[in-house]
Amino acid sequence: MTGQRTAQRTAQPTAPPAPAGPAAETPAVPRFYRVASRREDTADTVTLELTEPAQPVPAFAPGQFAMLTAFGVGEVPISVSGLGDSGGGRARRLEHTLRAVGAVTRALHAAPPGSLIGVRGPFGTGWDVASAAGRDIVIVAGGIGLAPLRPVVLSALADRSRYGRIVLLAGARTPGDLLYAGELERWSRDGVEVAVTVDRADSAWSGEVGLVTALIEPAGLAPGNSVAFVCGPDIMMRFTADALAARGLPASRIRVSLERNMRCGAGWCGHCQLGPLLVCRDGPVVSYDRAAPLMRVREL
Amino acid sequence: MTGTVTASLSAQPFFAALADSQREALAGDGTAVMVAAGERLFDEGGVADMFWLIELGRIALDMRVPGRGDQIVETLGPGTVLGWSWLHPPYRWQFGAVARLATSAVAFDAPSVRRRCDADPAFGYAMLRAFTPVITERLQATRLRLLDLYAAPHQLSHADIGPVNP
Amino acid sequence: MTGTATPAPRLIDIDGLPALFEALRGRGYTVVGPTVRDGAIVVAELASAAELPFGWGVETEAGRYRLRERSDTAAFGHSAGPQSWKTVLHPARAKLWSADRVTGSAGTSIVETGAAEPPRYALLGVRPCDVRAIGILDQVLTGGRHADPVYRGRRDGAFVIAVECTEPGATCFCTSMGGGPGADSGFDLALTELTDGGDHRFVVRTGTAAGAGVLADVPSRAADEATVRHAATAVAEAAGHMGRTMPTQGLPRLLADSRESPHWDDVASRCLTCGNCTMVCPTCFCTTTEDVTDLTGDHAERWRVWDSCFALDFSYLHGGSVRTSGQSRYRQWITHKLGTWHDQFGSSGCVGCGRCIAWCPAGIDITQEVSTLASMLEQAAADEDKP
Repeated sequence: MTGQRTAQRTAQPTAPPAPAGPAAETPAVPRFYRVASRREDTADTVTLELTEPAQPVPAFAPGQFAMLTAFGVGEVPISVSGLGDSGGGRARRLEHTLRAVGAVTRALHAAPPGSLIGVRGPFGTGWDVASAAGRDIVIVAGGIGLAPLRPVVLSALADRSRYGRIVLLAGARTPGDLLYAGELERWSRDGVEVAVTVDRADSAWSGEVGLVTALIEPAGLAPGNSVAFVCGPDIMMRFTADALAARGLPASRIRVSLERNMRCGAGWCGHCQLGPLLVCRDGPVVSYDRAAPLMRVREL
Repeated sequence: MTGTVTASLSAQPFFAALADSQREALAGDGTAVMVAAGERLFDEGGVADMFWLIELGRIALDMRVPGRGDQIVETLGPGTVLGWSWLHPPYRWQFGAVARLATSAVAFDAPSVRRRCDADPAFGYAMLRAFTPVITERLQATRLRLLDLYAAPHQLSHADIGPVNP
Repeated sequence: MTGTATPAPRLIDIDGLPALFEALRGRGYTVVGPTVRDGAIVVAELASAAELPFGWGVETEAGRYRLRERSDTAAFGHSAGPQSWKTVLHPARAKLWSADRVTGSAGTSIVETGAAEPPRYALLGVRPCDVRAIGILDQVLTGGRHADPVYRGRRDGAFVIAVECTEPGATCFCTSMGGGPGADSGFDLALTELTDGGDHRFVVRTGTAAGAGVLADVPSRAADEATVRHAATAVAEAAGHMGRTMPTQGLPRLLADSRESPHWDDVASRCLTCGNCTMVCPTCFCTTTEDVTDLTGDHAERWRVWDSCFALDFSYLHGGSVRTSGQSRYRQWITHKLGTWHDQFGSSGCVGCGRCIAWCPAGIDITQEVSTLASMLEQAAADEDKP
């Protein structure tokens, strides 16, 4: 659905935004979920499993994000990092991977099992994994950018026969900063072509050292029949997408997940603008042909 | 032997800038080699009289840092070239290189290639055209890694990361 | 809302205004309208018609706003003041949510504390430019997939009385932006104020059934054709008296093409990045949220407050801000207002009210900056064409 919306807006840039289906529920008020489990992925990153919602919010698609509330502290946008349980079109179980970087994420990071976390959403566009049916899936992640891409891997594996190769290239700062290390091995056994590189190795690291783009050439991609999903810091996404494009992958088949200062999630607060885009509404997932000209402008 | 090396070179996009005859000439200076995992190819400061086109495996570039041991700065995989210190004086390795995985490569006699470059500027120019993109790409990748893009704000050592919210 | 048959215009005399206030209050509306306060004509709750700014006009220029005494007793003889109706419909501070953390036998839970009923306001004296601004806010805050509940609550309960404009100010350019001094939709009642010949009266047109209902409770008489024509002429003539002109041809393209213009350096050398323009703009809608707790930590509230794209932390992204320079922040504001607003909401974000010009402490004039950008691009194109 979000993909269609994007296409329509591209075709008629001056047309008023088309109402996207029936009026959505007003997502202004957080619904509280209980932390069912808390897994420490790295020194500063946890994956929280949220369950038992008092009133579940609508189901999330991979790539969409929630506004998570730490009671009395504040609210931050965090992408879903798992498929969760979407029984009856409702998010009955959610997974979010988050890194403690500010006051709110520190509070969320510290939330023990049994505590309550507010959820608003779902917001934004998704990765639209299904649109890659019949093609190879190329996933390139940088740092915590692997978190929003985890549902892409999981949904592709859940529907394995629909897709060609599944290639996952991940870069991390250090071996200790690599997310989902155990799962990466499992995915590898399940037929995902996993390659990992780090910026700084330690003595125990026997893998690659270097930038994530160095993994592209050895992966031997089929640019004519691939869809790429890229998430990481802004500059990493630019270089990765440019490297993929240089190997013949059309920019329209490279998707990036943009990061801006989302405060409301619903397009009301104006914070997350990137040129013509309201990232919370028109993104975060945007095809690179739309994103590239905007990402190149200083301080846009 | 030369025949196999020529085939290896043709299969690698790295030497696409070379004409068939130039590739043929270069193959004359190459030898197919196998490097066992853990085997060291060269040390920092050694004479740079070889370079390698990696076909399979993984080579780590490292440097010995007092108190920290061998620090790996980058790993090189299939399809790329190892070693360019032979191109310019003083022809000494700036880093060390060790195989992390069993590696097959074509090893080249660098002084011989250099003499060929000097004698045949067209060949020399083609070699530079093959090497400069790799050098550029690795320089850019290194610069990006300098930015430490995956770091959390508190991990960044530089003061100038802009205004920080309380 | 809008009826099909347009009722004939009526006339209300000046001494009919108290009855209008009564009719509105009787329907549960709090009347807000212009009044003189702190050397300006502001928008405030009005207890009676006597609080209207009778006999006051204003003088505006870039960076300048002064009250002046009029030679007549007109109540609406003034152009836009420092506030717009967004202060009423999209308030500077609003509580979005409040809740208590309750620990009982079944464990901890979060219990929402009751949301307040939205207030119902009658907006008296809405200029046609501001009627359009309300329409733009409608699109931004309720026209998308999600409707902002605070705005929707206040907007749905609002009664709009437009007053047409017969004396545009020196900073006005509504006609450039596709509007004009007359109101043709977006109101419940529309008034045109006439004071000639010492006869102070209003021509009244109804826009909605609710408007007709209110008008029925106010002493009025049929408007004679000559008076109606006289009022229409005064409004039509006002269109020719705009103090400013905005070059609007291809504005979104102009601003997109000006992203790397050297002119931003020039603007930034004058701009104080104070954000006044965003505060006074009737369509600037940006907000941020603040979560607060009481001392126990078990009662939390989320408040929404106006924010400005000129604020340094507006574009904050973990670690730092995206737009740190004044250049980039002014570019963001004007490009959004006149350009990317079209992409996002299907129209321009500017109605030509001129507030940003008058209330800029540095006198930066949006129409002038656009003219400069346009001529610089033309010049650049001409230079390129030279052999």
